[in-house]
Amino acid sequence: MWIYEKKLQYPVRVSKCDPHMAKLLLEQYGGADGELAAALRYLNQRYTIPEKVIGLLNDIGTEEFAHLEMIATMVYKLTKDATVEQLKAAGLDAHYVSHDRALFYENAGGVPWTAAYIQAKGDPIADLYEDIAAEEKARATYQWLIDMTDDVDLQDSLKFLREREIVHSLRFREAVEILKDNKDMKKVF
Amino acid sequence: MAYPQEQEYYPFVGPYDPCPPITCKTYSTPPQLYIPFQPPNLPQFSPHEALMKGTLWPALFSPYESRWGKGR
Ligand SMILES: [Fe+2]
Repeated sequence: MWIYEKKLQYPVRVSKCDPHMAKLLLEQYGGADGELAAALRYLNQRYTIPEKVIGLLNDIGTEEFAHLEMIATMVYKLTKDATVEQLKAAGLDAHYVSHDRALFYENAGGVPWTAAYIQAKGDPIADLYEDIAAEEKARATYQWLIDMTDDVDLQDSLKFLREREIVHSLRFREAVEILKDNKDMKKVF
Repeated sequence: MAYPQEQEYYPFVGPYDPCPPITCKTYSTPPQLYIPFQPPNLPQFSPHEALMKGTLWPALFSPYESRWGKGR
């Protein structure tokens, strides 16, 4: 089970009215390398992985939901007060006719999320290598999102999320080392 | 143990390319690539700084600056 804390993991401040940025941020909401895909991937893989690393998948999978909530807050703030004309100019007209201003799990191109984005191979090494790749792809997506805005407050929250992908990537790399049971590695300490 | 957080390369520029060339291309090489397993007892940020930076560990901190407005 989970215990919910009614606050964001990191503050989200958006200082510029830019509904188009909301469309771009959807890549991290319902995209292939986004936070929903990450959370569901790890929380599902954890059942069939050696006990030593179950807790890691559990912790990181849970944190991804906290990131999903931050992205949702950004998208909501950037669209809630946009007029229909502004939404159309931002390329969100197709989104509007299906969802009004509701959030939806789709990528920046409007493609709905699919479980085909994620895998659970049952092979611990294959799964952890996918997880490392997923973290690096999410890190890259955050870089390109940071590049696409000059709003320094939004950049600040996105930089926090990019840093978390780096930490997650290292933790998954360490999980591989643990499962390899590499004794030489431990001598490095 | 200071590894570069960014690398650069210089792709071929053709005489008939349609746009002014971006001669220097860069890509991120953040610290996790160089730490296969985090050693114990590394220095830590203060709690407040760690919350702002997204990591407790200076060795894991990776800055990134937006390319917006920089002509690249
Ligand atoms: Fe992550």
